[in-house]
Amino acid sequence: MSARTRILDYCLLAAALLVVWMLLFEWAGPDALSPPIPTFRRIGELLARGNFWGHVEATAVAFGYASLIALVGGLAIGFALGANRFAGQVGEPILTSLYAIPKITLYPVILLIFGLGISAKVAFGALHGLFPVALFTIGAIKNTSPALIKTARILKLSAFETIRSVYFPAAMPEIVTGLRIGFSSTLLGTLIGELFASDRGIGFILIRAMEAHKVEDIMALTLLLFAFAAGANALLLAVEHRAHRR
Amino acid sequence: MSRVRLWQISIIAGSVIALELLCRLAIIDRLTMLPPSQMVAALFDVAIGSSWFWPDVRYTLFNIVAAVAISVIGGFLIGVIVHAFPRLRRLTDPIFTSYYSVPTFILYPLLIVFFGIGPLSLIVMGALFGIVAMIVATIGAIDRIPRVLLKVARVSKLDPVRTALLLKLPATAPHLMTGLRLAVTYSIIGIIAGEFILATAGIGRRVALSYNDFDNRTMYALLILILAFAAGVNALLSTLEQGLHRRWYRS
Repeated sequence: MSARTRILDYCLLAAALLVVWMLLFEWAGPDALSPPIPTFRRIGELLARGNFWGHVEATAVAFGYASLIALVGGLAIGFALGANRFAGQVGEPILTSLYAIPKITLYPVILLIFGLGISAKVAFGALHGLFPVALFTIGAIKNTSPALIKTARILKLSAFETIRSVYFPAAMPEIVTGLRIGFSSTLLGTLIGELFASDRGIGFILIRAMEAHKVEDIMALTLLLFAFAAGANALLLAVEHRAHRR
Repeated sequence: MSRVRLWQISIIAGSVIALELLCRLAIIDRLTMLPPSQMVAALFDVAIGSSWFWPDVRYTLFNIVAAVAISVIGGFLIGVIVHAFPRLRRLTDPIFTSYYSVPTFILYPLLIVFFGIGPLSLIVMGALFGIVAMIVATIGAIDRIPRVLLKVARVSKLDPVRTALLLKLPATAPHLMTGLRLAVTYSIIGIIAGEFILATAGIGRRVALSYNDFDNRTMYALLILILAFAAGVNALLSTLEQGLHRRWYRS
């Protein structure tokens, strides 16, 4: 597929989404949706406002800490359970079950433990991101070719060296997939955290807009979040494709 | 295999006992968390003693079943259609790959405006969460039908309906099952989250209400109910899924 048809495809997709948006607006009316042009104007106003960036910063800091915890914790659990067959058999179903529970209901518990503030947000974000990273890493390590592992054993590599020079390169593509999904889940968790109990951040201004029923603000923020999440996702997808190709 | 089970059970039992001890010894204080034994006791009290429990359980379960039905059937059909048209597939691919990276639930307030505050918004929310997992799984499953099976169909001159029922459906079953498990998981998350945020009834709403009332006993009772339900459904579907995978790849 040439670059030109791909660009054409994206334009078509964007046009189709715009049409759907207009039709929904026609159907639901201004009480439910704001039309495209005022929404884009509102986005411009938000971006130009100084205190908006303060909220962005609050979200970014919480998201950064949460990602770090999810990443390091997920990789550690993933390597531990992936490299040891028995531990993997025992641990993986437990992790899958934990991944499957609706974590939003744990929010009150997180609040009771951590109290209001940034630590609750970080904990909630990390709770969302940790499991996908761990699960994908386990899968990636498990799929490492046995010949490579035998080679490492014959060469008498230490555990650390085996991880660094055998498992890590072999499992890289799938680990990147896990990181991509982990990042998006962490963002989701952080935002939910801000939505329910916080006095700063994007999630907070979103819930305030909901309470005041400012449709234009809700739409503008929703669109910004979607754009950010989709953009970050596309970036990580590109990294992932490169990793898979090697 | 049974050694694995034994370890799993002892890990889970060990964590529950540890939590129980931590709470009983007041290392975790009562206002933060109840000992697990009291959560179970509270669940029994709530199930027997309160008038809202069973109607709310029924409400949530009905919504989950409806959302799962929509996302599984709809996702399968959309997956088949998208797979049939390569151009459509290329166009929609960016949506599907980034779908779960955007916080879908922030659309929930808009859904309430569209469908009103009631079961319909919740069902749509759950279906929106679940359907894309099923679409992606269906597309992947059709991709993975071995070429040789299609040749067999051609050689034995099967008509399209029989090819679909006798060859394609069994060949795609394990991957469709993965899609089903994910769709169920996501639908449950979507519905409970929706109820938690804003609803007129349902178990998720009860959790939010009891949290606001500082009624820890009821809250923890409902939390373990939700957690046990979600984990149980997931474990059941995982077992079915692994059975299908094993049967298909052994033969």
